[in-house]
Amino acid sequence: MARVSLRNVRKSYGTAHVIKGVDIEIEDGEFCVFVGPSGCGKSTLLRMIAGLEDITSGELRIGDRLVNDLPPKDRGVAMVFQSYAIFPHMTVRENVAFGLTIAGASKEEKDAKVAEAARILQMEHLLDRRPSQLSGGQRQRVAIGRAIVRKPEVFLFDEPLSNLDAALRMDMRMEIGKLHQQLGATMVYVTHDQVEAMTLADRIVVLKDGQVMQIGAPMDLYHDPANLFVAGFLGAPSMNFLKVTVQGVNGGKVLVSNEALDPVEVSGKRGPFRVGQQAILGLRPQYLSVARGVGRLHGAVALTERLGSETVLEVTLKDGTPVIAALAQDAVFPIGAQVNLEFDPDRVHLFQEP
Amino acid sequence: MAMIADDNRGLRLAARYAVLVLIAVIFVFPLVFMVMSSLKPTQQLLEDSGNLRAFLPVGDISLSNYFAAFQRAPVASFVFNSVLVTGVTVILSLLVCSAAGFAFVFVHWKGRELFLSILLATLIVPFETIAIPLLLMVANLPWLGPEGVTWGWLNSYRVQIVPFIADALTIFLFVQYFKDLPGELIEAARVEGASWFQIYRRIVMPLSGPILATAAILKFLVMYNQYLWPLMVTQEEGYRPVMVGLQYFFQLNVAWGEVMAYLSLITVPVLAFYLYLQKAFIASIASTGVKG
Repeated sequence: MARVSLRNVRKSYGTAHVIKGVDIEIEDGEFCVFVGPSGCGKSTLLRMIAGLEDITSGELRIGDRLVNDLPPKDRGVAMVFQSYAIFPHMTVRENVAFGLTIAGASKEEKDAKVAEAARILQMEHLLDRRPSQLSGGQRQRVAIGRAIVRKPEVFLFDEPLSNLDAALRMDMRMEIGKLHQQLGATMVYVTHDQVEAMTLADRIVVLKDGQVMQIGAPMDLYHDPANLFVAGFLGAPSMNFLKVTVQGVNGGKVLVSNEALDPVEVSGKRGPFRVGQQAILGLRPQYLSVARGVGRLHGAVALTERLGSETVLEVTLKDGTPVIAALAQDAVFPIGAQVNLEFDPDRVHLFQEP
Repeated sequence: MAMIADDNRGLRLAARYAVLVLIAVIFVFPLVFMVMSSLKPTQQLLEDSGNLRAFLPVGDISLSNYFAAFQRAPVASFVFNSVLVTGVTVILSLLVCSAAGFAFVFVHWKGRELFLSILLATLIVPFETIAIPLLLMVANLPWLGPEGVTWGWLNSYRVQIVPFIADALTIFLFVQYFKDLPGELIEAARVEGASWFQIYRRIVMPLSGPILATAAILKFLVMYNQYLWPLMVTQEEGYRPVMVGLQYFFQLNVAWGEVMAYLSLITVPVLAFYLYLQKAFIASIASTGVKG
């Protein structure tokens, strides 16, 4: 096992800069998830750790070794690809044992290690099949089996679940989580799926346009996003943003309001804010509720989605801004009905206007 | 409605078969004509050639043309030379050209795009234009053999093999095929610790059945049909291939029956090779399931 350290790592293709100076310290045994929208550079960063992409500048260390110029095979990493990348002309057994075969392992050693990996992944019965005879989930197991059999220092996963259907994705997600607990290995995992990021990660690295937006534990990022991008990216449905005007500043507290929002005092930790300026107020749909009394936010129901255990309500505020509220019960609201929404001021986030 | 649909399907099937039979006839009849004519004396062959009897084993049928052909020319030697030269060239060409294609597609090195462009540009140069310079070149090349260093490659097998091992078309075929192989397979093998050679041998080659068969067939046909080059570089009968051997039958009065017998004989290796590879070709397609 080993830690992975990226210091001011950059990647350019000619004049296109895709990774713009990234610093990340991944601890030994940590499950670190790179998350971000398409094109944010998360896969490129993972491929740079694997050695499949050159590093333009900066330092990449695995354990104590500087690995910038080492080929993939000398880095002590194993990688699971989005398309599984299992070799179609080999049986499952040959696929899983591929790295050992290349390393010149004896037949006994290969058999023992393949059997061990097959047991962990519950695929003993698949060993003599060909990839074309396997389902998507089974192929993914084979790919993971091939990774664990070599006992690498670092596991790299490049969107491993994105080709699976929703139900299977959840199963495999849990299995990968268990695998991490079982092996205790350092794992770096790339996904654009925030549910995977939130559930699997010890720490999440949120990326955008080749830059780190925030690094932290999933709940820290969820409850205390450093900027608008992270706030909007994590959480489903995503956070509501309201344009507000600062009415007053009192120590760490800021008084804000707008046409649809009654004045409310919120934390100003992402400040400094000054009176009269425009700012963005972030409210998570889960923390909005329909007020029995006057409430704080005022608008009309535009759409109701009843999901059984919860109701997703789209409300058009007085100033025309749409707001989503996820109510934790089944409820019916006629379209056009006037509603007042309530929230806890301690659970909202005030950001500078970009 | 169902009846009409069935009728339509039957008609379409009949039409399709009619076209296929027509194409088969166009391709097969020259062969049938050749084999049938090889069994007839020249006089009868010429008489039959204007009517359908040309395609039927009728009249004075015998193998005498075959015996005569063997007496007139060293047929076995010609066939042996052709099969040897063609076989060795095809094998070496598949190895060298696939390795070149691999290097162009998977290994990143400076100038490979330019190099590939130059290589592909040579496709438009006809062989006839370089034949004479090539002849002058091979006539003075050194060779290290059991008898030490000798100069000049004329009258040898190597002069018919070496210049044709690497060619732009075969490399191009491999390049195009390799570009379509999933890149993640190669990357996975690299991460697993495989060297370039191991990736070539263990991953890429086993997945290249269809293109190997295609390239082999094309190369075989080109090599087996070589005429101009062996005519230029071999004066000794012992090194000459089948196509050059054909001229033995066109001296003084042409014995068409013997010509047909000779042609029938030299067609056998081609058909055998093709039928063999056709099987390998289908098997290789069936076993490669490169699907996500």
